[in-house]
Amino acid sequence: MKKNILIGGEAGQGLQTIASILGKTLFREGYEVFTTKNYMSRVRGGHNFIKVRFGNEEITASSKKLDLIVALNQETIDKHQEDLKEEGKILSEKEHEENQNIKINAAEIAADINPKGKNTVFIGAVLKLFGLELDKCKEVINENFSKKKEVIQDNYELLKAGYESVEITEECVEVEENDERIYIDGNTAIGYGAVSAGIKYYSAYPMSPSTGIMNYVASKQEDLGIVVEQAEDEIAAINMALGASYGGIRTMTGTSGGGLALMSEAVGLAGITETPLVIAEVQRPGPATGLPTRTEQGDLLFAVHVSQGEFPLMVMAPKDQKDAFYQTFRAHNIAEKYQIPVVILSDQYLGDATASIEEYDFSDLEIKRNLVNKKNYDSKNYNRYEITEDGISPRAYPGLLDGETILADSDEHDKHGYIVEDADKRVEMADKRMKKLDKLIDEDLLEPEYYGKDEIDYLFLSWGSTSGVLKETIDLLQKDGIKAGLLSFNDVWPLPEDKLKKLAADNVKIIDVENNSTAQFAKLIRAETGIEVDNKILKYDGRPFTADEVYNRFKSEVK
Amino acid sequence: MFEETDNTAWCPGCGNFPLRTALKDALNELDLKPEKVAMFTGIGQAAKMPHYLNINGFNGLHGRSFPPAIGMRIANQKMKVIVESGDGCSYGEGGNHILHNIRRNPDLVHLVHDNQIYGLTKGQASPTTEAGYTTKVQTNGVNAEPLNPVKFALSMGASFVARAFVGNREHLANLIKEAMNHRGYALIDILQPCVTFNKLNTYKWYSKRVSKLDNHDSSDYYKALKLSEKWGDEIPIGVFYKEEKEIFRDRLSQLDETPLVEKKTDLNEMRSLMKEFK
Repeated sequence: MKKNILIGGEAGQGLQTIASILGKTLFREGYEVFTTKNYMSRVRGGHNFIKVRFGNEEITASSKKLDLIVALNQETIDKHQEDLKEEGKILSEKEHEENQNIKINAAEIAADINPKGKNTVFIGAVLKLFGLELDKCKEVINENFSKKKEVIQDNYELLKAGYESVEITEECVEVEENDERIYIDGNTAIGYGAVSAGIKYYSAYPMSPSTGIMNYVASKQEDLGIVVEQAEDEIAAINMALGASYGGIRTMTGTSGGGLALMSEAVGLAGITETPLVIAEVQRPGPATGLPTRTEQGDLLFAVHVSQGEFPLMVMAPKDQKDAFYQTFRAHNIAEKYQIPVVILSDQYLGDATASIEEYDFSDLEIKRNLVNKKNYDSKNYNRYEITEDGISPRAYPGLLDGETILADSDEHDKHGYIVEDADKRVEMADKRMKKLDKLIDEDLLEPEYYGKDEIDYLFLSWGSTSGVLKETIDLLQKDGIKAGLLSFNDVWPLPEDKLKKLAADNVKIIDVENNSTAQFAKLIRAETGIEVDNKILKYDGRPFTADEVYNRFKSEVK
Repeated sequence: MFEETDNTAWCPGCGNFPLRTALKDALNELDLKPEKVAMFTGIGQAAKMPHYLNINGFNGLHGRSFPPAIGMRIANQKMKVIVESGDGCSYGEGGNHILHNIRRNPDLVHLVHDNQIYGLTKGQASPTTEAGYTTKVQTNGVNAEPLNPVKFALSMGASFVARAFVGNREHLANLIKEAMNHRGYALIDILQPCVTFNKLNTYKWYSKRVSKLDNHDSSDYYKALKLSEKWGDEIPIGVFYKEEKEIFRDRLSQLDETPLVEKKTDLNEMRSLMKEFK
């Protein structure tokens, strides 16, 4: 069983509250839940919607066809009715002739209890429609309004009144509660991964859709004794983070494409000064301001080539809410092991989507700083940029070694950090830096995950957040007897090539699916491996793919 | 001990030399250890200072000397921090950072080598070049009024504002010491000739004009503001204004005596944060 609810209305009508209370309630009941946000770049008005998909089997993406529309205004019905399944229902305050409509006098009901609580009436009604109980929802309401205790009782009553105002339309499959799962969005997962990795400082400039990361870390700064600083601009944000990293602590910054453009010079500074840094880039459609609150994967090649000059850099693109945590944790270890900048390339779809997943397993997590051992060095034998076999020099921060000063320079420099211009030293230093990538490829590069049968005719490629949608697509195709598999890339730069080369046989058609218009990943693959993809399914309207959509486009464009 | 290195990329006679000596003397007289002082610089001839003095240095990007210094203040408050760069880097390319960091009032010293010209790019106008001064680029003369750094910093509410002249080295060294002992943001705008490119503001030009602030009450804000407008025939040097006020770190109530750089992360504590997602 999988059910898909759309809640639509204007910005400012409280959609987010409905969706988060409803989503968490369904999650607590034991269902798998996947919630996606679709909103406009404005504070009031317009048309926004949130989809809450739930069921008793794994859900890895949002979906198009709807079982229920919760319409807070007429526009929601006009815009989304076409996606309603034949047996689907519309819950609204409007009178309609169609028998799909369920009328609820939410405002009237709320007027008697608390006129501001209309949305809770809707929540009560939705739970009833699916034949669910109210206990879990009361728990969630209690937590949600923990800072406004006076409204909790009102909300219980509003919930009950909504519940009693409609009839059950269908009973949901019962599920067991499971307390080893969590319900988390992609941005928060990155923020949680970062604080778990031990960041002590996060500096950023607010930019949709990345601000959720900063919000999460900021919410923990008092408890954890760490610092979040809102910088005057993105240039300051990344340079502050670099200064803190040079100072010896783990740091991070986050932004979207426009912010990364401003930061790009400093990414190169991290490269040449070999100062570890993790940058989260939550993509939105560009160029320039583009579509500020929508999704796209248009910054891949920009991230891979960010900043002038040549230096080692890693770009990883988390696939889902689980990956977002682990990869952020891993990014910090890699940044410090190789003393390089690492870009985490997420997008609005992943950042704003909340999913039920297995709880994070901390047993294998280890913070590895890779700083020098004080016992092995003193001012006589320490060189910050020592030429070594693997290119990794001993890293100390100012004050760590007695009698030793640490000099980092954006100019080309010698092993002490002093500016040099001689040709030989330049080559020696450039080689030293780039060598680190060879080691990274050998020891730390993550090959893409394969999903599907052993024998295939079609190989789908995804990078980052499209993985979940494509897994569901593969399932749909398999039901049709089409033999298809999926390679989901997490690390995209350096490009892991082994699995791809193995699977890219002559009799297998390769289908590249990307949320952009120029198939940037296919270009990267061709440049690095010579492998040409056979088909490209691209989308760049600012909206995420759904499995039905990829399935249909496969049928019309490929097969 | 702080020591000067032999080789520099500076022109013979450059104002950077006496400035460096004054800085070295000040740091030694304050009895600081080189590994306990970190200097953050941008790009330009002045910004090469950490290469020519044994000191921790982060010689970053043009205009960006200030932000990484803030990062260091957060990471490790035991480290004394100096931000140092030229007039173009500090007041031009880095304008936004000085504006907002005066608001933060971080505990650091900001030394601006103000030679009223761009040296390393070979003689174009800087934000402090006199209006009308002609260069290879400003062929009809500079078409904007010069920035008055002292007045700017005062009007922004900076907690320590001073001007110095490299021709008065001992006076400069004393100002640096006073700034280092000040708790909060301390700006010293340091006038220096550019012997190669600035044909107007020469040693002789400055020497005739600079006069030490005597009998000035540096706690009198409005008097300081009035004095800051003095420029031309008489150029006052010394501490214009000084005030103890809350510093950046004071407002970060989550921090304690132990610098962040000395703190470990407890993964069990991190694991417990998972509760809120249940």
